[in-house]
Amino acid sequence: MAQTVLHKAETRGHANHGWLNSYHTFSFANYYNPERMHFGALRVLNDDTVDAGMGFGKHPHDNMEIISIPLEGDLEHKDSMNNVAVIKNGDIQVMSAGTGIFHSEYNKDREQRVKFLQIWVFPDKKNVDPRYDQITLNADDRHNKLQQILSPNPEDEGVWIHQNAWFHLGKFDKGISTEYNLKAKGNGVYIFNLSGDIKVNDQILNTRDGYGIWDTDKFTITAETDAEFLLMEVPMLG
Amino acid sequence: MNKIEILVIGRHPEILQTVVRLVNNNPEWNATGCSIDEEALVAFANNTFRLVLLGGGIEKESEDKLCNAFRSLNPQITIIQHYGGGSGLLSAEIYEALKG
Repeated sequence: MAQTVLHKAETRGHANHGWLNSYHTFSFANYYNPERMHFGALRVLNDDTVDAGMGFGKHPHDNMEIISIPLEGDLEHKDSMNNVAVIKNGDIQVMSAGTGIFHSEYNKDREQRVKFLQIWVFPDKKNVDPRYDQITLNADDRHNKLQQILSPNPEDEGVWIHQNAWFHLGKFDKGISTEYNLKAKGNGVYIFNLSGDIKVNDQILNTRDGYGIWDTDKFTITAETDAEFLLMEVPMLG
Repeated sequence: MNKIEILVIGRHPEILQTVVRLVNNNPEWNATGCSIDEEALVAFANNTFRLVLLGGGIEKESEDKLCNAFRSLNPQITIIQHYGGGSGLLSAEIYEALKG
């Protein structure tokens, strides 16, 4: 029988640093909740808003797969591999931190804030060569269907990471329903509802609610209103 | 009050420095950082650490050698992998590890 966990939006950790307003689904920085450490290999799901002209200064990472999905506005990325890029709403960015990488992320716009999801997944191998990639997604490919945006396979649709994980976005009109079949045995799926109301099997999710489901092969998602959501299938680990 | 002593090992000098600084931001913790196995072995032999954090870049062979040496000196020592490199995960990782 499927196991589930519900994280209502208002129960997330919250840190307002002035320039950065962040909601943490799992323990992060000063938010520590032993009951909210991770969902399988999914370790960080931060729902960030960065003020105009502000951003994250140069800082390091290692041994983590880091995915950024801008929801509104643009972020400028610079890193120690000499990558300089702007990620925009509609893009997805991925970094394998591996043996170590330094990067910064700035909202260079003087007027518009940036909203983005910062997602960290434990890698399935340590100390890989650092890498960076970003692609632009076609928003039409998720209208009333699931759009794969990440996988473990460099040749597959979307970006890839060092983990047996698949991410999908959906933008469904009210009443549209689909079945999600898990890709790998032992995986679970964390559903993060970006907007509107959806139903996962019998569980209603409102905007920014999170819901984990595992020990199952499939589940059904139905849009109760027009809705956008993100599915993150990850290994459940030990 | 005695601080909780934490040994941090990592190959990337700047990341190691960052992790040590962040650990030391907690007034109850004191970090010793080592990037070379021999330094880490000497530090472990001369201090009473509650926790060892293994950072990035440590080869499997070194990790095994270090863990075996640490456990032979202190079978109760907690050794964990630090993921993220001085990131927002550090404090929670340490709290979880210290819970035992």
